[in-house]
Amino acid sequence: MNGFLVFPIIIPLIVATLALLFRKSSVMQRWIGVTGMVILLASVIVLFRDVYVDGIQVLQLGDWDAPFGITLVGDMLSMLMLGISAVMGLIIAVYSLYDIDKERERFGYYPLLHILLMGVNGSFLTGDIFNLYVWFEVMLIASFILLALGNSKNQLQGALKYVIINLFSSLLFLFGVALLYGMTGTLNMADLAQRLPEVENVGLVTTVSMIFLVSFGIKAAIFPLFFWLPASYHTPPVAISAIFGGLLTKVGVYALIRVFTLLFTQDIGYTHTILMWVAGFTMVIGVLGAASHYEFRKILSFHIVSQIGYMIMGLAFNTALGLMGAIFYVLHNILAKSNLFLISGIAQRLLGTFELKQMGGLYKHYPFLAVLFMISAFALAGFPPLSGFWAKLTVVKAGLAVEAYVLTATAILVGLLTLFSMMKIWLTAFWGTVPEKGVPEHFGKIALFGAGNLYIMVVPVMAVAGLILLVGLYAQPLLEVCLIAAEQLLNPSVYIEAVLGPQ
Amino acid sequence: MDTILPIIAGAIFASGIYLLLRPSLILTIIGIILISNSVNLALFTLGRISTENPPLIAAGSVMPEVPFANPLPQALILTAIVIGFGLLAFALALAYRSYKELGTVDQDQLLKDPEDTSTAIVNNTDNTEKRDV
Repeated sequence: MNGFLVFPIIIPLIVATLALLFRKSSVMQRWIGVTGMVILLASVIVLFRDVYVDGIQVLQLGDWDAPFGITLVGDMLSMLMLGISAVMGLIIAVYSLYDIDKERERFGYYPLLHILLMGVNGSFLTGDIFNLYVWFEVMLIASFILLALGNSKNQLQGALKYVIINLFSSLLFLFGVALLYGMTGTLNMADLAQRLPEVENVGLVTTVSMIFLVSFGIKAAIFPLFFWLPASYHTPPVAISAIFGGLLTKVGVYALIRVFTLLFTQDIGYTHTILMWVAGFTMVIGVLGAASHYEFRKILSFHIVSQIGYMIMGLAFNTALGLMGAIFYVLHNILAKSNLFLISGIAQRLLGTFELKQMGGLYKHYPFLAVLFMISAFALAGFPPLSGFWAKLTVVKAGLAVEAYVLTATAILVGLLTLFSMMKIWLTAFWGTVPEKGVPEHFGKIALFGAGNLYIMVVPVMAVAGLILLVGLYAQPLLEVCLIAAEQLLNPSVYIEAVLGPQ
Repeated sequence: MDTILPIIAGAIFASGIYLLLRPSLILTIIGIILISNSVNLALFTLGRISTENPPLIAAGSVMPEVPFANPLPQALILTAIVIGFGLLAFALALAYRSYKELGTVDQDQLLKDPEDTSTAIVNNTDNTEKRDV
C-alpha cells in the first residue's frame, strides 16, 4: 500500500478547485496554475523513487481488497508516463502565461488544464478497466472544452469532429468492457489477466481485443482512424495544441501497450500481426500527409500520426527491446513534438501566420529561435546525438532482432521523409526571405528576450530543448529505466502479484 | 429475456450507426445517443439478468441473503449514463453554438477544413500585447 499514489490525481483536482475559487483574479489563477504543476511534478518524483527502489506500488482505494474495489497501480511504465505528463504540464502552464488571452483565462483555462492532467494521470495509474473508461471521460470532457474554448469558427469546426469521433470511440471502449465483464465477471485488470486465459472461446477474446484496438486506436490516431487529428489539432491556441499533440494521443498509446501486454496475449500471432500492419501504414500515411501540407501546425499534426506508428511498431514486436523502444519513443516524442508546436506559436507571434508560404526570415532575424527549432526538428527526424536517434535506433534494432525487415526498412525511410518535411519548414520559414507584404510591423524589431515579454514563451521552449539534448547525450539511464518498464510489461505475473497478493 | 435484449441492443446500435452517418449534425448526435443506450443495454444484459433476492444486507448480518442479484452492472450503467449525459449535453451545446456561428447543420458545410487558422489567434495577439504580464 502506498498512499502517495493518489497524489497525481488529487493534486490537480485541488489545484483546479482553488483556481476556480479565484476565477475573477487572473493573477491568482496563474500563480495557482503554475505552482500546482510544480507540486504535481514533485509528487511524481517522490513516487518515481518509490517504484524505482521497491518495485510496483499498489493502493487499494477505500481499503476494498482487489479485485472488488478500485486499485491504483504504479509500475515503471505508469511512472514514466506520469513523469513526462507532469513535466509537460509545467512547461505548458508557463508558456500559457503569455499565449492564453485574458478571455480564455476568465473562462477557466487553468482549472481545465489541471482537470485534463487529472484525467491523464488517472488513466496512467488505474488498475481497473472500467475506471480507465471513467478517467478517459474526465480527460475527454476537459479536452472538449479546451478545444472549443474561445468559440472561434475554426475552433468550433475542429471541436465538432473531435467531439463526435471521441464520443463514438468511448462507447466502443465501454462495449468492450461490457463484453469482458460478461466473459470473466471481473473488471480488475490483474484479475482479468488471470482469468482471460481460462476463457474457452479464444475467438471471442480476440474479437474484444479488436474492439479495444479500434477504440484506443481512434484516440491514439492510428491508420486508418486518424483523420480527425489533423482536422482539429491545428485550430486552438498553440499551448492547447501542444499539450494535445504531446500528451493526449500518447494516452491512447499507453492504453494499447497496457491491454496488449497484460490482457490480450492469447493469440499474439493474430493480434500483433495486425498491429504491425497498422504501424507500417500509420508511419507512411502520416508522413506523406505531412509532406503535402503547407501549414505549420498541420504538418506537425500529421507528424503526430506518423510517429505513433513507431510506437505501435515497438509494441507489435512484443519483445523487451521492442517495448523498451516504444516507451522511449513515447517519452522522446512528447518532448520533441510539443516543443515544435510551441516554436510554431512563437513563429506565429512574430510573423502573424502559420502558412509557410507567407513566412520567412526567421533565421536572419531570430537565429536563436532557429537553433531551438533545429534541435527539436532533428530530434524528431532522429539525428544523432539527439533523443530521437536513440528512440529510432532501439525500435529498428528490435525490428531486426525479430527479422521484420520490411517494416524496419519502412521505419528508416519514414525517418528520411520526416526530415524532408522538417526541411520544408526550415527552408521557407527560417531560411526563406522575409515576405514582402503581410508581415507585422514588429517583426525583426522585438527581441526574444526584450521588452515584449516574449521570453515567457521562449524559456519553456529552451527548457524542453535542453531536455532533448540531455536525453540525447546521456541516454543510458533513461534507456535502462525503459528496459525495467518493458520487462515488467512482459512479465505480467509481477503486476498480478503486486495487485492481488502472492498467489 | 436473454435472447431478446441482445437483439434489441444490436438493432438500436445499428440504427445509431445509420443516424451517425446522416449529413445533419442533429441526427448524428441522436445517433450517438442511441448507440450509448444500446451499449448500456448490452452492459446490463452481459451482467446476467436474474430474478434473485435484491442485494440488500439486512440489519445484523454481514451478507445479503443468497442467492442475490448482481448489483455491479447497474452501478456501471448508472456511471455510464451520468457520464454520457454530461458529454451529450456538451455536444448539443456545441452543436447549437456551431449552428449559431456557422449558420448550418449540414456537416458537409460545417466540417470542411478551416480556411485560415491564424485568425483566431491573431485577434488574441492584440489582447496580449496590451496586457502587462
